[in-house]
Amino acid sequence: MPNESVRPDHRIISDLIDPGALVMDLGCGDGDLLALLVREKKVKAQGIELKEVSIYSCVEKGLSVFHGDIETGLGGYADGSFDFVILNQSMQEVKDVDFLIREALRVAKKVIVGFPNMAHLRARSYLFFLGRGPVSASLPYRWYDTPNVHYLSVDDFRDFCADKGIRIVEERFLSGNRRVHLWPNLLAENAVVVIAKS
Amino acid sequence: MTTSIGAVETKSVSFAPPHGLALESGRSLGSVTVAYETYGRLNAEKSNAVLVCHALSGDAHAAGVHSGDPKPGWWDSMIGPGKAFDTDKYFVICSNVLGGCKGTTGPSSVNPATGEPYGLSFPVVTVGDMVEVQRRLIDHLGIDKLLSVSGGSMGGMQVLQWAASYPDRVRSVIPMATSTKHSPQQIAFDEVGRQAIMADPSWRAGNYYKHGQPERGLALARMIGHITYMSDQSMEEKFSRKLKAGEYTFSFATEFEVEGYLKHRGDSFVQRFDANSYLYLTKALDYFDLSGEKLVPLGGPIHTRFLVIAFKSDWLYPPYQSKEIANFLRTRHADVTYCEIQSTYGHDAFLLEFEQETNLIRHFLLKASTDAE
Repeated sequence: MPNESVRPDHRIISDLIDPGALVMDLGCGDGDLLALLVREKKVKAQGIELKEVSIYSCVEKGLSVFHGDIETGLGGYADGSFDFVILNQSMQEVKDVDFLIREALRVAKKVIVGFPNMAHLRARSYLFFLGRGPVSASLPYRWYDTPNVHYLSVDDFRDFCADKGIRIVEERFLSGNRRVHLWPNLLAENAVVVIAKS
Repeated sequence: MTTSIGAVETKSVSFAPPHGLALESGRSLGSVTVAYETYGRLNAEKSNAVLVCHALSGDAHAAGVHSGDPKPGWWDSMIGPGKAFDTDKYFVICSNVLGGCKGTTGPSSVNPATGEPYGLSFPVVTVGDMVEVQRRLIDHLGIDKLLSVSGGSMGGMQVLQWAASYPDRVRSVIPMATSTKHSPQQIAFDEVGRQAIMADPSWRAGNYYKHGQPERGLALARMIGHITYMSDQSMEEKFSRKLKAGEYTFSFATEFEVEGYLKHRGDSFVQRFDANSYLYLTKALDYFDLSGEKLVPLGGPIHTRFLVIAFKSDWLYPPYQSKEIANFLRTRHADVTYCEIQSTYGHDAFLLEFEQETNLIRHFLLKASTDAE
């Protein structure tokens, strides 16, 4: 049952998840995505979130979540503990991306990464014409209040995967509510990429 | 939120031979009396029962008021109509622990064999023994499966013990401000408290019941306890360096407000608590160890749902100990939520931060009860 109020990236991620899967959402926020996955895909969900107020929202939604740091959150899990680890809009906020992606690929068969595309046309023109760090729907922060510590483009992430020997299983791109099929590095505001060990 | 459940009474039930209690130590108790209170109504399916476990100095009187005493039970802010443990929905049970001094059999109870108080002839009991007594009470009330077991500190240990001993009889558990085992620091504080009691000449090796109890020692133990229940910040906020008389007296009188507070806490404690119970209960805490696979055995799914709550400024049961519980469980794919509540109250927070606790517990219980249907 499609729900009109579902965020477009959440819609895409839900479509990528197998029914009944074991899912870990790293940086699950208020639990909207996990709640959707439980509702639509009957997944067995776990989440990790650093913000205390978000834990209350998750518990209110009936979710089971761990209040803590996602960078150390996968440490105790055996290899292949999950079908999916999700890093939606949280990868760019962690310090050691390389380590976290390796950990995610260790504990899950597939990892779904969602991130804002720094090379989107609007971001490029912001920088080019205004000479200022881009502020947009997918990059809503200013340089001094952003939680993002990494800025990357679609092609940056592809290069990263190639360098690290990570297989890109699937890619989906969004501009606002619309799917983007052409020139994603230029036209996509957000990317959702499924990766796996090669 | 503030409506109280009104007048309540402590009830009791006794288990006599041949239904004596075999203890973890190998010794046994022929007969055991359990003091308990209940709030709300047990539904026809008997599926809405919640057991609440008290901490070291608590008792069965968790909510409501006793006639002639305006002071409500120790967790009244959490138990009642519309509260976290909503008595319109749930049947809440609280009993005094084995080894206690508030109606359940303990060292100050009369030994039926001698007609005298047990004193130190009372067997050393464990948290496992306490839970065994609670299990008998639950059986007596005709409840097969508890919707939840909840409690903080020593109460949290009983909660964990329930999950370990009777996983098939608890749908969910809520351990708060607790640990799977006492650390050397925690044992050390307990031992200093015990030594304070035993160093008081009035203790008389535990045989003080004809003479009056070792008040100085017990009060001192309680003062030490209270320091560990607060935090540096909460003490600063509550007392700062304020003086009772406004200026230095250049004497050893009680002059700082913090001194007055501790003295008051110590003095009032001896009016309501038995010194030997303090020894037995702290010993039970020190023996407690459900670390690692003792909490949940290896292999097999874990059906009990956990809500683990810690408090940031709690240095007696630091959050890392609760985090360990949650980490152990979640890596086993148990259904567990962990929340570290931002609080400056120290260990006392589990009795004070009821709004945050209510946020979590209300929805957690709702989920546990809907899944049970």
